[in-house]
Amino acid sequence: MNILDDLRGALRGLSANKLRSALTVLGIFIGVGAVIIVVGYGNGSSQAVQNRIKALGTNTITIVNRGRFGRGPATAGSTQTQSATITPQDVSSMQDQNQAPDILSVSPVLSSSATATYSSASDSSVTITGTTPTYLQAEDFQVEAGSSITASDVTNHAQVAVIGQDLLSDLYATGQNPIGSNVFFGSARFRVVGVLADKGSSAGADENNVAIIPYTTAEDYITGYTNNFTELIVEAKNAKDVNAAENEADDILASANQTSVANLPFTAINEATLLSTSASTSSTFTVLLTVIAAVSLLVGGIGIMNIMLVTVTERTREIGIRKAIGAPRSAILTQFLIEAVMLSLIGGVAGVIVGVVGTNFKIDGVKPIPTPESIIGAFLVTVVVGVFFGFYPASRAASLRPVDALRYE
Amino acid sequence: MTNPPVIALRNVERTYQMGDVAVRALDGVSLVIERGEFVAIMGASGSGKSTMMNVIGCLDVPTRGRYWLDGVDVRNLDESALSRIRNRKIGFVFQSFNLIPRTTALANVELPLTYARVPARERRARALAALELVGLTERLHHVPAEMSGGQQQRVAVARAIVTNPALILADEPTGNLDSRSSEEVMLIFEELNRAGRTVVLITHESEIAAHTKRIVRLRDGLILSDEPVSRVAQAAGAPS
Repeated sequence: MNILDDLRGALRGLSANKLRSALTVLGIFIGVGAVIIVVGYGNGSSQAVQNRIKALGTNTITIVNRGRFGRGPATAGSTQTQSATITPQDVSSMQDQNQAPDILSVSPVLSSSATATYSSASDSSVTITGTTPTYLQAEDFQVEAGSSITASDVTNHAQVAVIGQDLLSDLYATGQNPIGSNVFFGSARFRVVGVLADKGSSAGADENNVAIIPYTTAEDYITGYTNNFTELIVEAKNAKDVNAAENEADDILASANQTSVANLPFTAINEATLLSTSASTSSTFTVLLTVIAAVSLLVGGIGIMNIMLVTVTERTREIGIRKAIGAPRSAILTQFLIEAVMLSLIGGVAGVIVGVVGTNFKIDGVKPIPTPESIIGAFLVTVVVGVFFGFYPASRAASLRPVDALRYE
Repeated sequence: MTNPPVIALRNVERTYQMGDVAVRALDGVSLVIERGEFVAIMGASGSGKSTMMNVIGCLDVPTRGRYWLDGVDVRNLDESALSRIRNRKIGFVFQSFNLIPRTTALANVELPLTYARVPARERRARALAALELVGLTERLHHVPAEMSGGQQQRVAVARAIVTNPALILADEPTGNLDSRSSEEVMLIFEELNRAGRTVVLITHESEIAAHTKRIVRLRDGLILSDEPVSRVAQAAGAPS
């Protein structure tokens, strides 16, 4: 039998009961749409995490002095830990290749918030990061225009700053070249030597609303003299050396503070590890949601089977006529199978369209990215669902006896 | 070389099991219908004429006895062989027209050829010829719901003859038609018979049977009488 005739016939059969067909299609439609959106969402969020990891720099560890966040000492009753410090001496120890062979660079950070002013424009709560030139590389900051701070700026207590994109757009008119201009952080005057490239706000805090200055200058004008850094950015030579680098840094800090590593009030944040943990959690959720969506596909398939059984019963007489005029079993089987597959395909196509359109919207801040695999997969599954759930009703139709079928009212 | 008879029944029995009771719908029927005959099978309801029609039409198989359709012994044929025989050798016309709903007249007539895997172009040509023969060239693209009973039955006749079958088997073909449409349809059957086709009608109306050339009467699953329709009886039986 001509496949085109079959398709046309199936379409006629389905359109004879438009509402019923539409409702049946709905199950598959929701299933396919949900699978595509959920998989797209999972894909999008894992991509976002990957981007964050990349933005953070995968080789870096941030060592934070917990005392500064008011979380108290690591060990109760130990007064010594409370006064533990990170000093420039510790930094130079870590830079020593003999003591810390796995550490590529160490960037001390002294940070504070200040109001930035340029001519009449101002920007409150700018994060002023006092550090060394290695910080930019470790934290994956790119200098878009001008130059970075230099090692001699650090030694010379130079009043220079590299500013972030937000600061640029808040303080300067569009197109204005900020390089060489003087900006005030609080009451101290700094010369802008460079502009950072856009870093996005993916890591939670806005990393564009910053100004990077030498830490020596920060001590002079912003934070006051402390001899104790807020945090350390330790960059390992390789991603696989991150743990070794962390241990070396811990050992140096422990001996400098005359305590054991366990007693150190510092938290080493290996951001890459943190993020990959959260990525794997979210991928577990994605798998779960996908399973639920797939179950709705299954339910949709059962709906198709149900309605096809009804259709076969309704059209018993027609089946009888067809058999009387010589339709072979296979022709009847194909006819109803095609009708079932068409039902599920209509749902599948509509689901793919809605799925693809739906992935254009952000869900919970994550932009879903539809994968071709999920689209093709969902589509193929609908064909399989149609064949699988259509087969029983179709074979029931095909095995009707013509005498009985013709007599059916 | 002589052609085999279109229908040859020998001692055909058909028994239905109704619960514990075995109902003998056909109780040893022997009948030969030659090529080119125009036969009416008559009988009251319960006489076994529907069973007879099912057996002759290869929709049902005899419990006992043998049946040759156009020289082919249908005993021991499997389902697919039976459907092939129905497709090639028999053209059915039913009381309730039995056209496929939501399908145009042309597509309905083409359907048996579709099942016979006739190429589309030839299908179309033969279907058009058959529809022309029954005088329905203007309603090719109408669906059954848009046609009168008489028109539907003429489409059904066209569908029955399109495969050029050995036998046209009509089950109460005028049962649902008004007298004028009945007359039209019967004239078509007469025309087909004149052209050499074998037509078997199953009916309980003697007016309709009078159009034929031979009447077989059934009662209680047995042949009661089998006689040619005389010219006189034909003239007296036919209205108008």
